Amino acid sequence: MSIQKEILQGAQACVKGAMEAELGFFAGYPITPSTEIAEILSTELTKEGKIFIQMEDEIASITAVIGASLAGQKAMTATSGPGFSLMQEGLGYACIVEAPLVLVNVQRGGPSTGLPTKVAQGDIMQSRWGTHGDHPMIVLSPDSVQELYELTIRAFNLAEQYRNPVIILTEETISHMREKVLIDTSKKPHLIKRAKPELRTGETYLPYGKLVDDVPIIGNIGDGYGTSITGLVHMENGFQSANFEVADRLIRRLNRKIENKIQDIFEIEVINPDAETMFISYGVASRTIKSLIYSGHDEIGLIRVKTLFPIDPEQIRKYALKAKKVIVSELNLGQYYYEMQRILPEKKVHLIEKIGGELIAPKEMLRRIEELND
Amino acid sequence: MIKGEKFFHPDRLPTIWCPGCGNGIILHAAMETLEELNVAQSDTICISGIGCSSRSATYTKFDEVHTLHGRAIPFATAIKLCRPDKKVIIFTGDGDSSAIGGNHLIHAARRNIDITVIVFNNNIYGMTGGQVSPLTPSLKKGTTARFGNFETPFDMVKLVEGAGATYVARTGTFYYKKMKQYMKKAFTRKGFSLIEVLSQCPIYFGRLNKNPDPYDMMLAQKDILISKQKAEQLSKEEIGNRLIMGELVENNDQLSYLERREQLLKEVRGS
Repeated sequence: MSIQKEILQGAQACVKGAMEAELGFFAGYPITPSTEIAEILSTELTKEGKIFIQMEDEIASITAVIGASLAGQKAMTATSGPGFSLMQEGLGYACIVEAPLVLVNVQRGGPSTGLPTKVAQGDIMQSRWGTHGDHPMIVLSPDSVQELYELTIRAFNLAEQYRNPVIILTEETISHMREKVLIDTSKKPHLIKRAKPELRTGETYLPYGKLVDDVPIIGNIGDGYGTSITGLVHMENGFQSANFEVADRLIRRLNRKIENKIQDIFEIEVINPDAETMFISYGVASRTIKSLIYSGHDEIGLIRVKTLFPIDPEQIRKYALKAKKVIVSELNLGQYYYEMQRILPEKKVHLIEKIGGELIAPKEMLRRIEELND
Repeated sequence: MIKGEKFFHPDRLPTIWCPGCGNGIILHAAMETLEELNVAQSDTICISGIGCSSRSATYTKFDEVHTLHGRAIPFATAIKLCRPDKKVIIFTGDGDSSAIGGNHLIHAARRNIDITVIVFNNNIYGMTGGQVSPLTPSLKKGTTARFGNFETPFDMVKLVEGAGATYVARTGTFYYKKMKQYMKKAFTRKGFSLIEVLSQCPIYFGRLNKNPDPYDMMLAQKDILISKQKAEQLSKEEIGNRLIMGELVENNDQLSYLERREQLLKEVRGS
């Protein structure tokens, strides 16, 4: 094993991960605090003869990414706040046509233009439910520059495997901070490649007809299979239909392909599993708790959620139910807290939140734990 | 077999279009042209947005993407970049291309990206039931302009010409041969090309504007569309709502997006 040590900015680590994952196409629009990702990729991709394009807005960016994905490329965009709102239209389309893509959302303070340069975690529910209709979504949350690198590679693999958009929900702080990153240069990361249709003679090609674990094997646009893609409810041949059974079957399958694989997709990190006070936290907010634990506060434990959605309730319940006190800590007014209340109905769940663009300092956290009412 | 028929999915017919609609004429002209150009099914990709005309792509046997309202162009831009060897054709309507997709349209023209946009201009939103669009002529009626449209329409040709399009033509469903001639040119050249085809929507535009007969609507194109030479002899008042037809922009000096990209890559990466 040969480990390469580097000091990288979050955005650089994200780009490094994307290039390792064989990113072939990036489309984006400048927006603070995600712009660095586009800036770095414009150089990196062009140097390799791959495609970078700066679009006229975020709607064009996400739709270009879907187009590239349908044409067979691994494709990605990066945005923040208002740009993420504009991309919801495209995200829904990618879900229903089953286009793999990676969307990096570097969260800033909202609503609206809000706090462009400050940290926040206010896009949790928007990342899950921002686009209309019942749709599946995979959302990852890294807590360090190292993990932003690792989860970027994982995001591409999940996207390709399940033919679904994957959102990397990071924050201004993680994307802008510089940290040590360790990269194993002795081997290439494991990459998942999408299957291509293999037709027997005389077999009719159906883009949504051949399923493996509910995931269709769709021919790439440009390969000449005669692939039909539409954002309308569609039949196995890709042509639209307004039939009840067709619609019911399609929407249920879309959701089932992710739900059935929750145990593979959902990831947590648990520290001090037997602690009396158990935090549930994610992303940059969880670093405050880690810092308390590493400075000797053994009475505190942490369930750090790396996959925000889909949630596997059992994995969280296993650790949260045995703790005396369960606290969700996040940089919004309780978006993930509501989800935790939902999956822990027999438990009183506390919330320690902060908004306004600042992190919770360790000392402040200790004070706020004291202030909680049972 | 009728010319162009081999590119249609017979099991997807009949189309959703109303009797007398001009969409079928335009789509058929495109398919006929592609057959005359000896295009293979695997050489072409059709992209469309949302609306009556955008259903065109879904009836063809090509690899085709029926996208989001107004967004056919960014989809097509990306697909052309990923598959530069394929012909990429967009079927779009007046509302799809000039209202919700207006921003994408001008930027595609500015980039001179190597795609062909065919605008089915029926002056109205058909699928939603007859609302005015940015190409509805002044004083004409729609279900959202019962007293007549008091806004000024875009001149689609001038719009994309100003934005940098290198081939722009305008014709109507009445002028089938011209339409095919322009398509042939657009499909075989590099850079951004757009053909605006004036079409008839007898059910909504026709009925709301007291001319519901498709045949009469097509004949009226002879009055609405005038040549450049004729327009030069008329005053601004005499021209009024009339539109100039023909090949109105043809610039073969400008490098296309793909040609410029190739140049850049050579400079950056060496040959």
